[in-house]
Amino acid sequence: MGHESKGLFARYWSMLATPAKAAMGSILVGGFVAGVVFWGGFNTALSVTNTEEFCIGCHEMRDNVYQELKETIHYSNRSGVRATCPDCHVPKEWTYKIIRKIQASKEVWGKITGIIDTPEKFNGHRRQMAEREWARMKANDSRECRNCHDFQSMDYSEQGRRSVAQHKDALATGEKTCIDCHKGIAHQLPDMKGVEGWD
Amino acid sequence: MKKLTVALTLVMALGGISVASQAVSDTGGLKSLRGAKALEEGTRAPEMRAYNKDEEPLKRNYVQQPPVIPHKVRGYKVDLRSNKCLSCHSWDNYRESGATKVSLTHFNTRDGHALADISPRRYFCMQCHVPQAVTAPLVENTYKSSAEVSQ
Repeated sequence: MGHESKGLFARYWSMLATPAKAAMGSILVGGFVAGVVFWGGFNTALSVTNTEEFCIGCHEMRDNVYQELKETIHYSNRSGVRATCPDCHVPKEWTYKIIRKIQASKEVWGKITGIIDTPEKFNGHRRQMAEREWARMKANDSRECRNCHDFQSMDYSEQGRRSVAQHKDALATGEKTCIDCHKGIAHQLPDMKGVEGWD
Repeated sequence: MKKLTVALTLVMALGGISVASQAVSDTGGLKSLRGAKALEEGTRAPEMRAYNKDEEPLKRNYVQQPPVIPHKVRGYKVDLRSNKCLSCHSWDNYRESGATKVSLTHFNTRDGHALADISPRRYFCMQCHVPQAVTAPLVENTYKSSAEVSQ
């Protein structure tokens, strides 16, 4: 095919294939800068969605589970470390985080349609919602607990005798995971009839 | 005339205030848990006490004393939906947890009828059983241990 008889597409292609050095440089630099800005912006936006105020804005929680959290040791304790919503409910690792975020968007629909917007409705759904979280924690071996509570870092001499007994056997052997025993530590429990270990 | 009225009113008001404050500050020699302090005087808030860490079951101090709780109970809920105490102390769970089991007396109604489960009047454990802190007794008492009574 002669050089002169090139079609429109071929000419366009050769223009792309043999870029001027300056153009290539500006694309590389511009792309890098844009990448930094967009990736940074995305992460900043993502971390904003992981703040307490943001959670409260779209999930049905201000008057119920959030108030319940305030009474517990994860909100106020001797050393002043506080666990906020995403510490337990949103995975830290990127892939799992995005999956969980997408799943949680369904709860926003719940907020809009008001499926649990009165204490009575909320308590009616409490067991179902609790079981969903228990199942999630059980399936991932209480991953979100372990972000802070690392079994390897536990000092038995600082634990109570009841804790030592349980952790040494059940937890160390992998027979049980955190959520098996530590249910209802940050929010009130639903009706526990028929739940293993409860009456 | 107007000035006189104002002055008289002021004098009466001031007098009233001083009489009132006298009446309030007089405790009549009464001493309560906050001491013999006058009502408008503040007392220092008592020091905050931490509950004891987990320990062995504690000896009872007097006959019929409900055994005290030898461990922390922060966040342990006992309500219609769940009973955290029973998740270790119930007859179903005490063997596995190694906890003291609930006394058989707790299955009786007030008329002495035995029920299949904890009687509702005994359901709220921490009405009688309480965790311990190291502190002086608030009031003196003459309770005796069973050994002292049997002597």
